[in-house]
Amino acid sequence: MREAAQVLVDAVSVGGLYALTALGIGMIFGVMRLVNFAHADLITFAGYAILMFFAQSTMLAIVAAVIAAIVLALITERTAFRPLRGANPETLLVSSFAVSFFLEKTLIMVVGGRPKGVDFLPGLARQVDVAGVRLQLLHLVTIAISLALLAGTTWILRATRLGLEMRAAAENFRMAEALGVRANRVIAAAFAISGLLAAAVACMIVAQTGLVQPRMGLQLVVIAFVGTVIGGLGSLPGAAIGGFLVGVASILLQALLPEALRPFREAFVFVAVALVLIVRPLGLFPSRSLRQRI
Amino acid sequence: MSSASEVVLRVEDLTIRYGSLTAVKDATFEVGPGEIVAIIGPNGAGKSSFLSAIAAIAPKTRGRVEICGRSTDGVPRSEIVRLGAALVPEGRQIFTTLSVIENLKLGATIRRDEEIASDLEAVFVEFPVLAERRRQMAGLLSGGEQQMLAIGRALMSRPRLIMLDEPSLGLAPMAIARVYDKLTAIRSRGVAILVAEQNAARAFAVADRVLIMSHGRFSLSGRPDEVRAHRDFDGAYFGVVMGGVSR
Repeated sequence: MREAAQVLVDAVSVGGLYALTALGIGMIFGVMRLVNFAHADLITFAGYAILMFFAQSTMLAIVAAVIAAIVLALITERTAFRPLRGANPETLLVSSFAVSFFLEKTLIMVVGGRPKGVDFLPGLARQVDVAGVRLQLLHLVTIAISLALLAGTTWILRATRLGLEMRAAAENFRMAEALGVRANRVIAAAFAISGLLAAAVACMIVAQTGLVQPRMGLQLVVIAFVGTVIGGLGSLPGAAIGGFLVGVASILLQALLPEALRPFREAFVFVAVALVLIVRPLGLFPSRSLRQRI
Repeated sequence: MSSASEVVLRVEDLTIRYGSLTAVKDATFEVGPGEIVAIIGPNGAGKSSFLSAIAAIAPKTRGRVEICGRSTDGVPRSEIVRLGAALVPEGRQIFTTLSVIENLKLGATIRRDEEIASDLEAVFVEFPVLAERRRQMAGLLSGGEQQMLAIGRALMSRPRLIMLDEPSLGLAPMAIARVYDKLTAIRSRGVAILVAEQNAARAFAVADRVLIMSHGRFSLSGRPDEVRAHRDFDGAYFGVVMGGVSR
């Protein structure tokens, strides 16, 4: 019973990280029809910002991570993706691979490819007693931060003018523009929010693993992207839920699979994904605007 | 309004080409304040291309467009409504995943004043069917209700001119009658209306001026009764006659 609660909390905290990552990817896909694999590098660069500053102050490291990810997101938008605005999704996808490779290789050239240890937020690496069950404090904090950021993003989208403009642009960009919505404003806002989410994910991943390395973002983004596909590309709640389910599934499989099969847990995750897509080819929560486009 | 006497839309020698195909050729005309002008023509005559070019939805090849005295050259799509011209596009293009009230609020995107809320209530008074469904997803509205929503959304920008592309397309006769009643009501408040229509009967009934467009040119123009009485009307409508009769 206790063990089940521990595994569950672990699964939910990992699910939260994937939900935030999927939401960051879904934001950009919504307004631009761009599957941004360079989201991985936002996470990675934020991780290295933490590496640079964690020894001086935790607060400074967090601020540096947020600034690094947001600035990098805005730079990639301005230099790589803005000139391609309106290009077809395949072109955008390939360009996001190019941006991602460029950033990753540049990082390796400058700091090297070996993982580096980071003792970030060591105060959270202890167990706390909750109703007789010993739980990792870090897992609980991760869940709380994930919920807060999901709620914050939802609030921006639902309750602000900017959020309304973003949702309108996601459904019908041309008509939104005809009503006076400025493309540069909503797209830059989407990139900034995705940068903020990437920085939060970086902080929690670095705290959990104690490592930064040049490919740390990529694995997260590939799995989270699968989550957005399961949830239904173009639907933000779908992306968050899909990301969450994939994260939870991978931890539960890790715990429940027989020892010998554990190294192959991702294969099981992808089989589950394939089954979902056979039953619901447009994902669990298909976006209406996307269906019309197809 | 101090500038009430100025022309709200002036189009000079507008030409639109798609590759080797000429959709609109040397179109020239004006819309005055509070005027209802109808562009009538068969499917493919170039009406949609014409409105799209004025609204910067599609590029123009040559010519000049002025909205409330200001040229639209180099003006991006999002700024046209700031010049004073709101678009009700073909197929209505409402945001189906957003609520009715959110669609209307988007119509006020360009505004930062304090009267947006009272204008929203005014739209709900004008269109009671939207008031009943203000929290519903707009995609659940009927075609006629969606057309009302698209018109209400355009009004929220407080335009000097509303441009409607085929507002009666796909609507039942009752709904078409309601749309045209609203257009007359809107005009009585001093907003000019430019409507492109295939359905000539309705447009003739409400317009101050009609222009017949065929093969990308205005072939006849004038008051509805003049145009209807003109001996070339049938030919002009079906594109046989290319010569024009000016007002």
